[in-house]
Amino acid sequence: MSKTTQAPKALRGVGNFIDDRFHLAKTGEKNLRKVFPNHWSFMLGEIALYSFIILLLTGVFLTLWFKPSMAEIVYDGSYERLQGVEMSEAYASTLFIDFDVRGGFLVRQIHHWAALIFVASLVVHMLRVFFTGAFRKPREINWLIGVGIFTIAILEGLFGYSLPDDLPSGMGVRILQGVIMSLPLVGSYVSMFLFGGEFPGDLIIPRLYMLHILLLPALLLALIAAHFMILWHQKHTQYPGTGKTNKTVVGTPMFPGFAVKAGGFFFFTFAVTAGLAAFVQVNPIHLFGPFTPTSITSGLQPDWYMGFLEGALRIFPNTFDFQIFGYAVPTAVLVPGLGLMGLLFGGLAAWPFLEAWITGDRRPHNVADRPRNAPVRTGLGVAGVTAYGILWLAGSNDILSETFSIELYVTTYIFRAAIFVGPVIAFIVTKRICLGLQRRDRATLEHGYESGVIQQLPSGEFIEVHKESSQDTVDALLSKPEVTSTALGEETDEKGVESPGKRKAMGRIRRSLAHWYTKDYVSFDGVEPHSGHHLHHAAEGEKESAAH
Amino acid sequence: MLGTPSAETGESVVSGASVEAGHEGPYPASETHAHPEEVQRRGERIASLWFVIAFLGGVGFLVSYYLFPPSAQDVPAIADPRIGQYSNMLLGGTLAVALFGIGAGMTVWARRVMPHYEVSSPYDDLPSSEKEKGSFGDFFMKSADESGFTRRPLMRRTLIAAMLPLGLAPIVLLRDTGPLPGDKLRDTPWAEGVRMVVEGTDRFIRAEDLESEPNGMITALPYVVHEGGHGEGGHGGGEGESARYAEGYHLSLNDKAKSVILLIKIPEGDYKSGMTETVEGQDEPRINWTHNGIVAYSKICTHVGCPAALYERTTHRILCPCHQSTFDAANAAEVVFGPAHRPLPQLPIGVDDEGYLSRRATSPSRPGRRSGTTRRTSR
Repeated sequence: MSKTTQAPKALRGVGNFIDDRFHLAKTGEKNLRKVFPNHWSFMLGEIALYSFIILLLTGVFLTLWFKPSMAEIVYDGSYERLQGVEMSEAYASTLFIDFDVRGGFLVRQIHHWAALIFVASLVVHMLRVFFTGAFRKPREINWLIGVGIFTIAILEGLFGYSLPDDLPSGMGVRILQGVIMSLPLVGSYVSMFLFGGEFPGDLIIPRLYMLHILLLPALLLALIAAHFMILWHQKHTQYPGTGKTNKTVVGTPMFPGFAVKAGGFFFFTFAVTAGLAAFVQVNPIHLFGPFTPTSITSGLQPDWYMGFLEGALRIFPNTFDFQIFGYAVPTAVLVPGLGLMGLLFGGLAAWPFLEAWITGDRRPHNVADRPRNAPVRTGLGVAGVTAYGILWLAGSNDILSETFSIELYVTTYIFRAAIFVGPVIAFIVTKRICLGLQRRDRATLEHGYESGVIQQLPSGEFIEVHKESSQDTVDALLSKPEVTSTALGEETDEKGVESPGKRKAMGRIRRSLAHWYTKDYVSFDGVEPHSGHHLHHAAEGEKESAAH
Repeated sequence: MLGTPSAETGESVVSGASVEAGHEGPYPASETHAHPEEVQRRGERIASLWFVIAFLGGVGFLVSYYLFPPSAQDVPAIADPRIGQYSNMLLGGTLAVALFGIGAGMTVWARRVMPHYEVSSPYDDLPSSEKEKGSFGDFFMKSADESGFTRRPLMRRTLIAAMLPLGLAPIVLLRDTGPLPGDKLRDTPWAEGVRMVVEGTDRFIRAEDLESEPNGMITALPYVVHEGGHGEGGHGGGEGESARYAEGYHLSLNDKAKSVILLIKIPEGDYKSGMTETVEGQDEPRINWTHNGIVAYSKICTHVGCPAALYERTTHRILCPCHQSTFDAANAAEVVFGPAHRPLPQLPIGVDDEGYLSRRATSPSRPGRRSGTTRRTSR
């Protein structure tokens, strides 16, 4: 290797200028040496970050022309098909971006695609964190911040979708208003305050615009910054393997390896988004026409991340609605429209603490779980994904009904049943698969892996030769933690007295939950790596043939 | 050493951080798996090729921008949706190539030219030591005591009290974001005698017009003439309305959003028992509110407010396309499927002396406070 290249004079100058003022050399080197573990699943959060950056860049561009105004005008712009049509200035200015600003159509499409990808990558990233137990101590707070980012991202997307004031976007606002009105006692007040009067009024778009480009992005930016500072400080989790322990992190250093890889990945993300915007049309508002409260088209779907709420609104029956003093309490709007959001975000936020309470595990975890090694958690996660997916599909039941020639109401009945049955089946099946995979892990640990080579022994017997797994595989398999709970300890202390905490109702609930959480797992107790008979078969075979 | 004056600047970025003798890379050799020179050289060539492609893509993007003007007389312009689409594909395609080229080049650089790093570093022990914690707690409480905050309750409590009203201020300031609901949601422009027009036009409707409709259904709106800023129905339609709709017939979106109705022609024999019942607070059966077999229902779905726009003539069912609430038009718009809570409100209709369909007068036996199934008119 050649001699180290001299830093250019200008860079040295800047470096010293900054260090003279901030004393950064030591901190700087420490942070450039920060280690990022390698795994494809760690790139999911990166996609979310990069999409957010793309959203900021393209969003600023769009504000140069967009007019957040509901003033009614008669369109006489460049897009011929809508000339002479009454519309809001918001819609007209969006048409201007599409048909009078070069690249405007592209940037608007990039913005929309990036929003869809942003929420999608958030969801998949959260699933990764959930399934690998990366939310456990010490990272619970970062999980909560993540739930906050997810919540705001959905609202941010909904409000952005509403701004162009085209027919579907206005109908989205109408549904939002209908859901708000379902709130007992305060509903009509909240609606009046939000809309500045009755629906639609002429204030909701300026207000959503403020939320969409100022308040919510600022909150997102702050939460994302906090998310990164925390992960930077605590360092990433890593998957088990040789040398990867709760005390030591192994991976690529920030500089130069990770910086170049991550930089490249940003460009990949942006390229895919730009490619989609170029060739796959999304939200063609010029085809939908301006919003009017009197018209609607069928087959109307919201952006994908609102789909589960839309589906819930569709399949929830009005059976549980009731009236008090002549005022309706429409549970068919309240429960799916607001209750479900609460359940989703509340459940996500509570889980790390609930799991820690069940298991009594207060240790810090830096090595991620392999999902199979936490079968109940993984099963619950898949059950949640299934429920979400069923509701999401139900949000398109009219399309499904048409595509598969099923009667519309029948699809509703199917989804009403599936939302109860689906998650239960998903849980059971997932847990079984997890346990099966654990068994296979044990077999691999004991007998090595199946090499695919068939050998005939002198006795005529055919065997498949097993080979020893790599040290990394052995270490990864051996990392399997025992699923236990402190709630399952001795019922009584050494004097035979039942502990008072365990006798109380909460103690009993915790005990039974702990039992449910831990009862099924495949023990690796007493398993010695590569001690199994399959490996020795081959050896014996060789011995035998040598003897002959 | 660190923080020394810049006069001592050596050869590295920050003075003093010199490279250790006998150790070339920044990380231990055991953690740095360098590629053979040949692999690196090939990597360099591939990465450079990608960067060249990216450069060409970027140039293509700039060229594409000027290829189609935004609006022009004779040349193809992006205002034409077809040309706009080409422009979009060219701009987006070249941009994607430029971005992808950079991404691919950097990835090849990281994977082929750079060593494969397996650097290890310790996770920090997160909880502070008991000594540190103790010292902090001791310092904090001593300081709090010294400041007087803990020892002078009068000052502490008055300070907290002083904060409270200020905390409420931002909430109170939001009061004027909108009016109180009051009676606003009860009133529509459907005053007695108001004529109806086909939605999107100013054409009055005669009973016979329903015969010629293929689906036996017309979407209609009230015909309200606004004069001097106060329309016939002074119903919260938003201020500044008069300025916007100074001339002729015009209904604000607010009014449209609550007064749009479906006029449906149903053969008299098909009406079901629900039509013989009275609306709460009224003394005549619903069937009296129809005219010549024509019934009028609100088009706004009672679920979350989408227009219930789909009508099936054979079954007399009205379907809201948003969440599929279904109402039986022949039976007082009862909910027959879906999540809606209430039937669609019915509007009493008749014809005026010129033979046009209009809102008919009703004679309520008692003022129905909240009928749920009818629309009160504006006073």
